[in-house]
Amino acid sequence: MPKLKVDGIEVEVPQGATVLQACEAAGKEIPRFCYHERLSIAGNCRMCLVEVKPGPPKPQASCALPAADNQEIRTDSPMVKAAREGVMEFLLINHPLDCPICDQGGECDLQDQSIAYGKGHSRYTENKRAVTEKYMGPIIKTIMTRCIQCTRCVRFGEEVAGVDEIGAIYRGEDMQITTYLEKAFKSELSGNTVDLCPVGALTHKPVAFEYRPWELKRNLSIDVMDAVGTNIRADSRGRQVMRVLPRINEDVNEEWAHDKTRYHVDGLVRRRLDRPFVRRDGKLVEASWDEAFDAIAAVNAGSSVAAIAGDLLDCETMYAAKALLKGLGSELLESRQTGMAYDVSSLGAVAFNPTIAGVEEADAILLIGSNLRWEAPLINTRIRKAIKKGAKVFAIGPEVDLTYKLEWLGNDLSLLGKLPDQVVQAFDGASKPLVIVGPGALKDGFGGALALVEPMNLVREGWNGFGVIHTAAARMGALMLGFAQRGGIADVVAAAPKLTFFLGADEVDFSKFANSFKVFIGHHGDKGAHHADVILPSATYAEKPGTYVNLEGRVQHADRAVFAPGDAREDWSILRALSDRLGRTLPFDSFDELRAAMAAEVPALGQEGLVTFPWAAPALSATSTGSVTYPIADFYLTNAICRASPTMQRCSAELLHGEEFAEAAE
Amino acid sequence: MLQDKDRIFTNVYGFQPWNLPAARMRGDWDDTKTLMALGQDTIIDRVKASGLRGRGGAGFPTGTKWSFMPKEPRPDRPNFLVINADESEPGSCKDREIIRHDPHKLIEGALIAGFAMRARAAYIYIRGEYIREAETLFAAVREAYDSGMLGKNAAGSGYDFDVFVHRGAGAYICGEETAMLESLEGKKGQPRLKPPFPAGAGLYGCPTTVNNVESIAVVPTILRRGPEWFSSFGAENNKGTKLFQISGHVNKPVVVEEAMSISFRELIETHCGGIRGGWDNLLAVIPGGSSVPLVPAAQIMDCAMDFDGLRAVGSGLGTAAVIVMDKSTDIVRAISRLSYFYKHESCGQCTPCREGTGWMWRVMERLRTGDADISEIDTLHQVTKQVEGHTICALGDAAAWPIQGLIRHFRPEIERRINERNGTGTAPMQEAAE
Repeated sequence: MPKLKVDGIEVEVPQGATVLQACEAAGKEIPRFCYHERLSIAGNCRMCLVEVKPGPPKPQASCALPAADNQEIRTDSPMVKAAREGVMEFLLINHPLDCPICDQGGECDLQDQSIAYGKGHSRYTENKRAVTEKYMGPIIKTIMTRCIQCTRCVRFGEEVAGVDEIGAIYRGEDMQITTYLEKAFKSELSGNTVDLCPVGALTHKPVAFEYRPWELKRNLSIDVMDAVGTNIRADSRGRQVMRVLPRINEDVNEEWAHDKTRYHVDGLVRRRLDRPFVRRDGKLVEASWDEAFDAIAAVNAGSSVAAIAGDLLDCETMYAAKALLKGLGSELLESRQTGMAYDVSSLGAVAFNPTIAGVEEADAILLIGSNLRWEAPLINTRIRKAIKKGAKVFAIGPEVDLTYKLEWLGNDLSLLGKLPDQVVQAFDGASKPLVIVGPGALKDGFGGALALVEPMNLVREGWNGFGVIHTAAARMGALMLGFAQRGGIADVVAAAPKLTFFLGADEVDFSKFANSFKVFIGHHGDKGAHHADVILPSATYAEKPGTYVNLEGRVQHADRAVFAPGDAREDWSILRALSDRLGRTLPFDSFDELRAAMAAEVPALGQEGLVTFPWAAPALSATSTGSVTYPIADFYLTNAICRASPTMQRCSAELLHGEEFAEAAE
Repeated sequence: MLQDKDRIFTNVYGFQPWNLPAARMRGDWDDTKTLMALGQDTIIDRVKASGLRGRGGAGFPTGTKWSFMPKEPRPDRPNFLVINADESEPGSCKDREIIRHDPHKLIEGALIAGFAMRARAAYIYIRGEYIREAETLFAAVREAYDSGMLGKNAAGSGYDFDVFVHRGAGAYICGEETAMLESLEGKKGQPRLKPPFPAGAGLYGCPTTVNNVESIAVVPTILRRGPEWFSSFGAENNKGTKLFQISGHVNKPVVVEEAMSISFRELIETHCGGIRGGWDNLLAVIPGGSSVPLVPAAQIMDCAMDFDGLRAVGSGLGTAAVIVMDKSTDIVRAISRLSYFYKHESCGQCTPCREGTGWMWRVMERLRTGDADISEIDTLHQVTKQVEGHTICALGDAAAWPIQGLIRHFRPEIERRINERNGTGTAPMQEAAE
């Protein structure tokens, strides 16, 4: 624990801390461009120079200098001031003065720091350098003349994304950041480079020139594109969400978000259901709310009702639906809309027990039927970190590029019963062994995976190394609310309900519900709306407050960012109004009352934070056979919002299907 | 003057063949086994005792550098020796002569030095433009392997040692030790942050020592003739003999081995036939390769050519590449050309050097023609100060020093040009307000 003085203030920092961190501990702000806590240290911008005694009589880069006992650091001396002014002057000599048309304007590190630490004028009178634009794919727009060569994007690509496609070419003032052969940066995390870029060299291509940061209202929300529960900020202007940025949450997403989280927002205003529809003579026609409710009431289904929950739902909606069905006398609830039917008698056995942050500490990892890079990209980055710390990784399933080195054992679930020696050895010596079961293996491999818990001693004091990956943001909440039948959706089909509510459920095999009256309560005109007899337009996650439970069992609250378009209403209020019409009025009149009622029934949903499910493995047959098929066929088009988003469509076409898009000459 | 019997590089002019039989006749590979039998610590002690300082420019004591290497390398982290033959400093051409005509001195040195620092192998990183030299070196290493001097049980010593020759691609910055390691690893040649120093984590993260060709090539002779012999040359703290490379306006430019601390006048008179046009015609000298400040004639004439002597006149020995300029030289243009070189060779990693070298060169180009304001000289000087000492490696310093030397010694000349162009003779012309 080195003790040192920063501007006369004594601080003690952990072993291995840098001088920059020591300065921050002392409350001193150190300007920086290349340094980033989550990336390796480059030390090349030279903005963080400080005076260090003892040491050579020149300023030193604080980001790269280890803090040591008895150092005396000055961050306010004339030498430091001159050094910062000098570096700032150098950075600005070749940086264009195009701030008025730069999308980074208003949240630009270079702007802020030149005001705080710059000289206010330049002595440089020569011509400025210009750099040709680089093509980096459908997400990243480049204006490379603005680049200050901090190499954060390069390091992010190498270290976090695991995709070595960004690099620097040429030397000296001709140095340029580019992608390999100017092909797209093929990573589902590519949008993070834009956040990392301290200047306007990399900006968000889908929203270029659409907004100014100071026009936006910040709304705290939770991402629903996968089950990780990324903490996000949905920035809105007027009635539209303009962009989504990650918030820092070390336990969940650190400060990253994947491209689907960030760039689906243009899908929020397209293909929207903004008024009710009723099917008449085989055709969906516009109707009023009353007409729609009348049509539902006319079915007169009695207790022969079912509800299928989609992937993007908040818990409140599902609770309201559950309460409505209970009032009608039915318990036919299901959330696993694609037909999966694994045992959910113990929620502990289907949660991601090691926790997302805990993955980093694992030292032996076995992936069973999981294409983690698509199912939960932010857990995939944690595995990369674990590998950096020395973890060994094995996988069962079809080989895919997970961005790190691992040993593929084969695509055969019967391997679970006879794991190869090297796996057994690695797990024997592991202090935190981890088995991750992906959705591809839940059907046939769940029992076999659970059978590993005992022999591998996965659940031990202070560590639970059994984790299940879900892909739907609503899944854990739905399971906690009892949206599961023993045999999955097949049980619902077998019960042949007269009336079925599809709550944003688009991935269901609707042909099996041919004889049921189908009510679709959802926000996008996708597959579900296409098959519906009545459509009730509802709100997306951004248009309603809600509670979400991520795959670890972390309960998180999201706020409303904007209001739903047209006649669309928040889901719970639709169900509340419908209950009135069906003569089974639900006992809550406001969202807060609904939330309180839900918390009363399922106390765990009442407060934010990680729910610890007691560990109890269900007794299942330990023999697993068959092969794995990953459920996600197209990362960019997994739900109705994405499918409505032109950006996601283009990402899919270009990054996954190899289509080439010609850029218009400017 | 150094006597012929005391020369280490006896074939520096290539009067004899470079190959193994000829090298053996010159004494190379003569009972190398016995030298190695001295033991690792003894070899390091003797090199320390000889007072040998690194010949690549910085002048760090070689034996001390070797002693930083781990005494018991772990099997998964072997020690490495990297030999810097990326001789790209303008004015320097000594390593080229050694590799061309005496490669076995280098290879034998590599074995002994590598043995002394418990290295598993040596990498010789040779400058990309040295095509014939690389061919010679490849062939010489082949000869050494074929005759059992390298490989398993190298030279019969019982020590396994390999030498790999790696060709660079022509970047000056790859001569910086950590950039060289990056380049050897197949990455973009950019200097690394220190610490960690190469002796702790160098090539592929293993302990590594980077030495200049000349530092390594003199080691076998030092051991054969004894450290006392070597330290009998030169002034205190600047021992030994050294290859001087004299170019420019002397009557006979030459690469010559001389004792350290020889005076500049004696060096030029003895080996180069004097200054072109006589001593009165001498304008300035860059005594150690392009990156050290120039020294005006009056100060250099009787200066001792060694590390300390040249530091006293505000310059440095560098690689002992002496660039002599007589009064026909456009001194501003000469320094401007060096500025262009540094602008071209900056790796682009850190801000002050990347942006500053280009700026300095552009201002220098205008100073050359006088198309500037007097105040810009001070601005330029400040810019060099903003670059110097603010960068990861020393290239920033190297780019700044020549300009600082120029302004220190030739400011009147720069001002004269500006005034002449402005047509006033003394004061710059006043512009009418518009």
